[in-house]
Amino acid sequence: MTINGTLHEGDVETRLLLADFLRHQADLTGTHLGCEHGVCGACTVLVDDRAVRSCLMLAVQANGRSVTTVEGLSPDGETLHPLQQAFHDNHGLQCGFCTPGILMTLLEFLKENPDPSETEVREALSGNLCRCTGYQGIVDAALAAAASLRDARETKA
Amino acid sequence: MKPPPFRYHDPRSLDEALDLLASHENAKLLAGGQSLMPMLNMRFAQPDHVIDINGIDDLAYIRETASGIEIGAMTRQHDLEVSQLLQRRCPVMIEALHQVGHRPTRNRGTIGGSLCHLDPAAELPLVAAALDVTIHVKSRRGARSMPMAAFPAFYMTPSIEPDEMVTSIDFQPWSEGHGYAFVEFARRHGDFAIVAAAALLEVSADGAVTRASATLGGVGPAPLRCEGVENALVGNRGSATLFREAAEANRAIDAMDDVHASVVYRQNLAVELTSRALGKAFERASERSSS
Ligand SMILES: Cc1cc2nc3c(=O)[nH]c(=O)nc-3n(C[C@@H](O)[C@H](O)[C@H](O)COP(=O)(O)OP(=O)(O)OC[C@H]3O[C@@H](n4cnc5c(N)ncnc54)[C@H](O)[C@@H]3O)c2cc1C
Ligand code: FES
Ligand code: FES
Repeated sequence: MTINGTLHEGDVETRLLLADFLRHQADLTGTHLGCEHGVCGACTVLVDDRAVRSCLMLAVQANGRSVTTVEGLSPDGETLHPLQQAFHDNHGLQCGFCTPGILMTLLEFLKENPDPSETEVREALSGNLCRCTGYQGIVDAALAAAASLRDARETKA
Repeated sequence: MKPPPFRYHDPRSLDEALDLLASHENAKLLAGGQSLMPMLNMRFAQPDHVIDINGIDDLAYIRETASGIEIGAMTRQHDLEVSQLLQRRCPVMIEALHQVGHRPTRNRGTIGGSLCHLDPAAELPLVAAALDVTIHVKSRRGARSMPMAAFPAFYMTPSIEPDEMVTSIDFQPWSEGHGYAFVEFARRHGDFAIVAAAALLEVSADGAVTRASATLGGVGPAPLRCEGVENALVGNRGSATLFREAAEANRAIDAMDDVHASVVYRQNLAVELTSRALGKAFERASERSSS
């Protein structure tokens, strides 16, 4: 499978979860595992540009596909993606456990809905649990990210 | 919290999948995995064989046929949610889908998986009951079809044999401009409903109800068609009073009792949500026919 543009190959046990392949085989530990039954959203990644729970997919099911993890947001590890910058600026994280899943969920959401209302953001995040922030900072960050992604798009156009 | 060992099969065609089902004991089909994978991770399910049907292309489609609308079992819930055809001909399904889990679970979860998992509070089985869909099943032994009313066998168990697979559903859409509503009470957006209600109405130019479907989910093991409510509506002019009185029939339903809600609480919800769904459906029928 291709992860963040790089090809990864390996023989794995069929029962290995995609999340564990990412963390242990590909050493990409940005993808977090909270509940391992689809509820918390921490493990959300993109597979062929669609947000999915990596704890509910087998690694073998991602064979030949393109996976994007939170590490893929900032390939050089220095320059923050506008989503990451917005979370930094708006206190969108405290411990950071839930953050990778939230960023990947929002990446898909903001691409389809570049100018969301606060309610739409809250609905989009209803599948991501955060035990620290109380969500206000996350929602502010999501709205700020939407605005800066819109600006970036306009400057390009 | 990791799956137990199993043999993984990755068939590329329906025939191959049916062969595998017929020749392996204790096998499970893996569709979207949004219910089966949690059950494997928690080891509630321990199959010897997992047959992944994601590699079979011709099981995912939504199409208009001479007799109605046909949907392939592997059609993803998100693809249904954005279907123009369903938006036009079957908007109640779209309204229900917005409440099925979350966007990432709908990206993977399928309609066939949801019907076969048959959670008592699941939205899609409820919509299937409201629309009287026909379910098409195949095995090496042949093909057969059954109405949704005959599909649930008991709690979370469809009446299909271990070697059978659901391949598609089809249904006759209601008339253009029919009224529809799907309302539910859940603890949090995207959670399974505690009780949910769907209503479909056809209304004549003078405001009389000519056809009605009222269905509840989350009250018992299978979706419940409320015939008493439907009969009280047809032939009468729609009004808030009519809907409230008709919905009262649901106060006597046989409801289940669990950690989320008691019997009486569910009966109250059944009345209130049915009445709201009917009101909303009626309003939409008037709007849609006058536009
Ligand atoms: C966080 C979370 C929240 C959720 N919230 C809701 C909700 O609010 N409402 C709701 O309805 N659901 C909800 N779900 C479950 C829903 O997302 C699943 O998609 C659905 O229940 C199962 O569909 P699936 O395609 O994922 O099937 P799978 O999980 O792959 O399969 C489910 C079962 O059906 C069998 N099966 C699958 N396809 C077939 C077939 N074609 N023929 C015969 N048997 C088959 C499998 O063998 C398995 O036993 C939620 C799930 C998660 C993880
Ligand atoms: S770890 Fe996958 S959703 Fe919680
Ligand atoms: S920041 Fe700690 S769980 Fe969200």
